[in-house]
Amino acid sequence: MPEAATQPAHDARATGDAALLRVRGLRAWYGESHILHGVDFEVRRGEVVTLLGRNGAGKTTTLRAIMGMVPRREGSIVFDGEETIALPSNRIARLGIAYCPEERGIFSSLSVFENLLLPPVVRPGGLGIDAIYDLFPNLRERRASQGTKLSGGEQQMLAIGRILRTGARLLLLDEPTEGLAPVIVQQIGRTIAHLKTEGFTILLVEQNFRFAATVADRHYVIEHGRVADMIPNTELATKMDKLHEYLGV
Amino acid sequence: MEIFGIPTQALFGQLLIGLINGAFYAMLSLGLAVIFGLLNIINFTHGAQYMMGAFCAWFLLERTGIGYWWALIIVPIVVGITGVVIERTMLARLYKLDHLYGLLLTFGLALIIQGVFTNAYGSSGQPYRLPQEFVGAYNLGFMFLPKYRAWVIVLSLVVCLGTWFVIERTKLGSYLRAATENPTLVQAFGVNVPRMITLTYGFGVGLAALAGVMAAPIYQVSPQMGANLIIVVFAVVVIGGMGSIMGAILTGFGLGVMEGLTKVFYAEASNTVIFVIMVIVLLVKPAGLFGRER
Repeated sequence: MPEAATQPAHDARATGDAALLRVRGLRAWYGESHILHGVDFEVRRGEVVTLLGRNGAGKTTTLRAIMGMVPRREGSIVFDGEETIALPSNRIARLGIAYCPEERGIFSSLSVFENLLLPPVVRPGGLGIDAIYDLFPNLRERRASQGTKLSGGEQQMLAIGRILRTGARLLLLDEPTEGLAPVIVQQIGRTIAHLKTEGFTILLVEQNFRFAATVADRHYVIEHGRVADMIPNTELATKMDKLHEYLGV
Repeated sequence: MEIFGIPTQALFGQLLIGLINGAFYAMLSLGLAVIFGLLNIINFTHGAQYMMGAFCAWFLLERTGIGYWWALIIVPIVVGITGVVIERTMLARLYKLDHLYGLLLTFGLALIIQGVFTNAYGSSGQPYRLPQEFVGAYNLGFMFLPKYRAWVIVLSLVVCLGTWFVIERTKLGSYLRAATENPTLVQAFGVNVPRMITLTYGFGVGLAALAGVMAAPIYQVSPQMGANLIIVVFAVVVIGGMGSIMGAILTGFGLGVMEGLTKVFYAEASNTVIFVIMVIVLLVKPAGLFGRER
């Protein structure tokens, strides 16, 4: 590889270190249906990156494939220098990736407090319970309630709050603003900005690119199970027409 | 003394027998409920595993001289390990299929196990000597309470409530409850769910085996003892509602007592009363008394 040979060694190491998550040629299947056809992208340490795209483009499947939650996947997913494509999802979580599903996944047989404590701590450095309550004061008031008795917004806060405890450094958030009132969306936005300053790396799936533009550094557009484009947030304004075309809005 | 024309001696006697039967119903339906909750499999082998527990205790006593107290500890572990092997080698392949496959497999296993034991020991029962400590009875004034029967009721209450506490009130139990709802997500949080499923099956089987040890001094240790009981236990589980822990316990004891009382007032119906109740419950509340509609 002549290119690599001409590059100074420390540069190669620097880029290697910068990408916390590197996805190459990711393909995934649900039974007979082939959803992802070779997804390539990366997320650098400390970045907030969104996956944009129409319904059914493969955004959620990409997150679930990273997490090891699809029945079959191929390609390469390197997290923090470690190949995870062959690992079961519990081992992937233990490396320091946490997942907040689109449907929020709040457990009805657990109280709010039990839901919050459910994900095991995988490494040191996670937020304490009080820090999470400070981010989402509603959860403190409703700690004894049944998990699914919360409002949609509170459930979303609980779903995000409980993965902040675990010490995971990469958060996969699937449509955290879906179906929520504007004031709650703003609160989620502030939370994501705050988490970024705390050093979390965040990969976000969004339909709402206006929201995405307020929090993200870069956007990948997913189409038909592939990455169609990458748009830095600074260029979003100039590429708005193209984005509208991608998203069909 | 008489109540409704029934001598109190007879009434309390039947009530006691009802409670004893209820204790076994509760322990067995509890194991079935725990297994069904996490594995989504109706464990038809449960009766055979209860019988294995009784035989294992009998075998320990007759062949090695290891007595009742050690059997209470050793037998659930040994039989539980056979459960772990069954789960790893057979059940684990069925989770993605319909409930029916798990039911067929465990039903087949039950027939095989019962057949092997019948072949080896014949169908007549083996007596299990009552431990010396339990010979005798307490005089309660209105009736005599045999010591061993009192022990069975107390121990089964402790085991049932202990299991309920672990599942409903501890961190380990919260994993179990969450995995019952959404195993994929719990595993994606970093919990080794497949191992938890294996151990849960082993625990449920161990519970059946423990009930078998407890039953050994009361009933004859025979290859058919589980098959006779398990049909009633399934009715108990249907009445209580699959997957409800407290429901399984309360229904178990409650129906045992109900059966006992029926024996006093209308003995002819005592063998069918549970099934009559099952039909009524299914008509009125198909998910069972404590079950949640899915």
